[in-house]
Amino acid sequence: MASQLIFLLLTLAGVALFSFNARKVIRNIKTGKPENRTDQPAKRFATMLKVAFGQTKMAVRPVPFLLHLVVYLGFVIINLEVLEIMIDGIFGTHRIFAGLGGFYNFLIGSFELLALGVWLACAVFLIRRNILKLKRFSGVEMKSWPRSDANYILITEILLMTAFLLMNAADSKLQALGEGHYVSAGAFPVSAYLQGLLPTFASSLILVERVCWWFHIVGIFAFLNYLPYSKHFHILFAFPNTYFSNLKPKGEFTDMASVTNEVKAMLDPSFVPAEIAPGKFGAKDVNDLSWINLMNAYTCTECGRCTSVCPANITGKLLSPRKIMMDTRDRLEEVGKNIDKHGADYQDGKSLLDDYVTREEIWACTSCNACTEACPINIDPLAIIVELRRFAVMEESIAPASINAMLGNVENNGAPWKYSPADRFNWAEEG
Amino acid sequence: MEFKVPTMAELMAMGEEPEILFWVGCAGSYDERAQKITRDICKILHHVGIKYAVLGTEESCTGDPAKRAGNEFLFQMQAMTNIEVLNGYNIKKIVTGCPHCFNTIKNEYPGLGGTYEVIHHTQLIQDLISEGKLKAEGGESFKGRKITYHDPCYLGRGNGVYEAPRKALEVLDAQLVEMKRCKSNGLCCGAGGAQMFKEPEKGNKDINIERIEEALETQPQIIAAGCPFCMTMLSDGVKLKDKDQEVKVLDIAEITARANGL
Repeated sequence: MASQLIFLLLTLAGVALFSFNARKVIRNIKTGKPENRTDQPAKRFATMLKVAFGQTKMAVRPVPFLLHLVVYLGFVIINLEVLEIMIDGIFGTHRIFAGLGGFYNFLIGSFELLALGVWLACAVFLIRRNILKLKRFSGVEMKSWPRSDANYILITEILLMTAFLLMNAADSKLQALGEGHYVSAGAFPVSAYLQGLLPTFASSLILVERVCWWFHIVGIFAFLNYLPYSKHFHILFAFPNTYFSNLKPKGEFTDMASVTNEVKAMLDPSFVPAEIAPGKFGAKDVNDLSWINLMNAYTCTECGRCTSVCPANITGKLLSPRKIMMDTRDRLEEVGKNIDKHGADYQDGKSLLDDYVTREEIWACTSCNACTEACPINIDPLAIIVELRRFAVMEESIAPASINAMLGNVENNGAPWKYSPADRFNWAEEG
Repeated sequence: MEFKVPTMAELMAMGEEPEILFWVGCAGSYDERAQKITRDICKILHHVGIKYAVLGTEESCTGDPAKRAGNEFLFQMQAMTNIEVLNGYNIKKIVTGCPHCFNTIKNEYPGLGGTYEVIHHTQLIQDLISEGKLKAEGGESFKGRKITYHDPCYLGRGNGVYEAPRKALEVLDAQLVEMKRCKSNGLCCGAGGAQMFKEPEKGNKDINIERIEEALETQPQIIAAGCPFCMTMLSDGVKLKDKDQEVKVLDIAEITARANGL
């Protein structure tokens, strides 16, 4: 009875703490500017199914694709077991679904095979990061926290899978001993090999089984509550992020309606613009970005596919699209903490541009869209870079001198170079 | 040129409308290398007998480099002025000689009141070939020559046009070889996003060198391009690698014109 009560309290606490932190994240995302991405719901849903559920963009790199697929399937399918754990925990039952008979055996057997798969995949992931030291997992932005974050996740998953398998090993041994309520149920194709590691006495086995059971469920709640602090948030955000992703051609940049009004008024003095709240042009800080940009930042798993294909980064420039996303999230977290401590209107004198992302980075971008193409969950670092450029150019008039010269030429000559518009058709005279 | 390139103003004066407007672009108008491509596009249009026209001195920058550099004001000023001219001439269909103009007019003009059917010149060439109006005969033979095609970002990833340029090359019976990074995984030449007009940031290599090394790995005789900015970057790269004698960088329009003896 006491353990049921503890379990119930733990569950409630785990869920409550998670929703408290998740709500803060959603509040932070909502500090972004509105952007309508609710058109074409059928196409959006199809994109989500294909890209998030189907993981189609992962397949470009077959090795991590297969490893990730095992962990993904393992995560989704083994979590069916959590349903049983929850019911057992609350009602004090043991293997409540054992009555399913052959199908139950099939389920448990599959979970075990998947658990082994997840265990091995995570081990390979750890080796790739820490021993093989793949280039993709390094870079200026991959400081100690992002590196530890990745390792914590992988180690936790290995521990959870170990606990799950040891629990089953002890359980099946207890079943064989005919001990108490350990009904004979389940198939144990993997944990059967672990039985030898366990003690032979029923009391010790019960201890192992219980410890693993509790570790597994407490671990899951701990993991859930780790998500808001971690890059691992993608397991939830990948779905809304792909649903709300950009469906337009990648080459098309957003239009700025506020500018349209001013330009129309300039070209036609009789034009009366619709009332649009004055605001900044472009983005200096995270709150000048759209909520899509901010959700992108929380969704980023820091896998570095974007950076590994970025022509600027490949040739040694400072720009790294992954850093743009990580900086945006770090700054947004900072702004969120300021709201918690000092209220919504507090200004800390810092901003995304300059305090996090430097001018050198934003001007190194070729807008080639390699990063957006490479992202397995449709994150758009380019959109943020463009907004930062817009602020620098339109609000501050600060750009590299050659860019200013080009803009001057477009304005005065209708071409980015210093040629006379009268000479524009001369090409037809020659040749 | 052996024929006169018609302008919209002239056509209008005669009370005529063209089937298609050829949007030349700034590079195509002023850059010496790109001017040759512009003339070849006209030769192709003339050769197949499409009724076309250019804007001539009435054309102005689409505003693309301003928009990529973050100057939305300047972009929209340019766009609205151009749209006024285009709508004034009742233009319905446009072919561009540059993927940047193509992307801007096709995707970013409709929101400002300029809606047209826009195609890139490689798409026009592909259409003409599949309609049987254009072949690869009567000129230089490209049979068996090794050609590698560089995808311009604003044509490829930007707008999903990967096949048309390749189809335009297939008709040559040449040996097409792909670079390691091609199509949706293609590497930028380094000129996009207004980079064309500035020095690159500090790094350990120029992007066009990275790209040209990859192109040269395929041991091509011709590197095919579809963008005047890529043309500049790739030609510079080939020169810097001292390979400009063996390897030619040619636009698909130039290759098509040559193959047809235009």
